[in-house]
Amino acid sequence: MIHVPLFVLAATVSGAMTGGRLRDQVPVARNFLVAVFEWFGDLGLFCGRLIRAALAPPYEFGELLRQCDAIGSKSLPLVALAGAATGVVLSLQTRYSLIRFGAKAFLPAVIVFSIIKESGPIITGLIVSGRVGAGIGAELGSMKVTEQIDAMEASAVDPFKFLVSTRVIACILMLPLLTVASNFCGICMGWVANTLAEPISLRLFIEDGFKSMNFSDFLPPTLKTAVFGLIIGIVSCFQGMRTTGGTEGVGRSANSSVVLSSLFVILADVVLVRLILTVWG
Amino acid sequence: MKENGLESAIKIGDLRKAFGEQRVLNGINLQVRQGETVAILGRSGGGKSVLLKLIIGLQSPDAGSIRVAGQEITKLEENELNEVRKKIGFLFQQAALYDSLTVEENVAFPLSRHAKVSTDERSKRVHELLADVGMDRDLQKMPAEISGGMQKRVGLARALALNPEILLFDEPTAGLDPITAAEIGELIVDLKRKRRMSAIVVTHDVHGARTYSDRMVLLHEGNIVAEGTFDELQSSQDEFVAQFFGYGSRS
Ligand SMILES: Nc1ncnc2c1ncn2[C@@H]1O[C@H](COP(=O)(O)OP(=O)(O)OP(=O)(O)O)[C@@H](O)[C@H]1O
Ligand SMILES: [Mg+2]
Repeated sequence: MIHVPLFVLAATVSGAMTGGRLRDQVPVARNFLVAVFEWFGDLGLFCGRLIRAALAPPYEFGELLRQCDAIGSKSLPLVALAGAATGVVLSLQTRYSLIRFGAKAFLPAVIVFSIIKESGPIITGLIVSGRVGAGIGAELGSMKVTEQIDAMEASAVDPFKFLVSTRVIACILMLPLLTVASNFCGICMGWVANTLAEPISLRLFIEDGFKSMNFSDFLPPTLKTAVFGLIIGIVSCFQGMRTTGGTEGVGRSANSSVVLSSLFVILADVVLVRLILTVWG
Repeated sequence: MKENGLESAIKIGDLRKAFGEQRVLNGINLQVRQGETVAILGRSGGGKSVLLKLIIGLQSPDAGSIRVAGQEITKLEENELNEVRKKIGFLFQQAALYDSLTVEENVAFPLSRHAKVSTDERSKRVHELLADVGMDRDLQKMPAEISGGMQKRVGLARALALNPEILLFDEPTAGLDPITAAEIGELIVDLKRKRRMSAIVVTHDVHGARTYSDRMVLLHEGNIVAEGTFDELQSSQDEFVAQFFGYGSRS
């Protein structure tokens, strides 16, 4: 039975990578492999060009700032809301479990730890994949199909420098900050939900929660979201810049940017969590 | 290569380009001298836009040489190519304005990137450029909020922003009313006379081209089938050429 979800996943991913329709995906196995290799090959070339463009002066600070605003500030409400909801749900769920095991005193610590170590970062990563991934995929995609990217090249401006590198760097910089915001909202709402069930002062909650936490519990999980940012930025810019086929193609790019960037964020999370546990115990 | 002591602005030799099975250009030879305006005519889908994009390096040819402003652009690195591109003003067939920028910002874009001028000077230059193409209002509108003909004129102003030596215009007068089209024609003549700009203008407007071009070139099935002044081409012995210009002159 496990083959069915695998097949669906393969079909979705190869569809996203090749821009093909379901009908073209029946001989999945072979086409899928070819598509995946091609996709990664192209991605490698794309990254090479991106690195060269990003490192060569002059730097596009103005545009970078604009992108930080578009990607960071404009995602803040959504990310804060998602973080807050996570806090509430965590508080409600763990409360009953802990009471059942007679470990209610650990509630603040459990909430703070699980938000900071995992739920905050991954929820932020996935929310931003959705919002920013689709945005970048569609924006660059429509610029591509309406020849605006060509127009930029014709004006001797490297779109990899002006459009791609600024977006990727903005994603890398903004994700950790958004994660901190999401963690903050999550912990606050966790306290609110907790207090509604059984009053506890915010100070005590925070003190209890952070008592056994140190910097190495906070820093690695928060900074790992910079990697999520890198993934979201590169994947969605890549999908946007290789858009073909008019309006329909723009839709496909937006769609595949979200599918692929959230998929890779989750996969990267697995690797990074393992890595962080190995390095920082 | 050199003629009258001047190197030609554009010199294309045996240029070939195919998309998959479809051969679009089959060995084009074309030369544009300094200060000369060449009009390219041809059937729709004949590869005129592709030719212009090859000249500015947006696409790469399958074979052949393209010399622009003394440089073989097919062999250049990205940053060397960009130096050549700064000398070229390119107008896209669909204008290709940046749709997240206003009309004014669109024209200012190349200036803010490449010209070291103060903000005041830049805005003055932008207004001049837009006035030259007859756009003296709606400067704060977005491209989606102006008509197709207006977009074309803004695209033209943007192409002229950096004072290029070479102009590549893809249908500058298509979609414009006859009066504006004539004004654009005059603008091209003006640019040639005052600044000795060299130009390739792709157009379907045979009569307009007659007023501003020094030479006309007819592109058909991937080859240049005729070359000369309007009168020469109209009295051509070749059936297709005569038909093309005969029809054009009647309309
Ligand atoms: N990126 C591309 N991929 C595949 N085929 C292309 C591409 N660009 C152009 N073509 C093909 O090349 C041919 C020439 O196109 P081009 O746009 O140069 O025509 P044109 O002479 O400019 O026509 P028009 O006068 O209608 O603008 C067309 O048949 C087109 O299908
Ligand atoms: Mg064309």
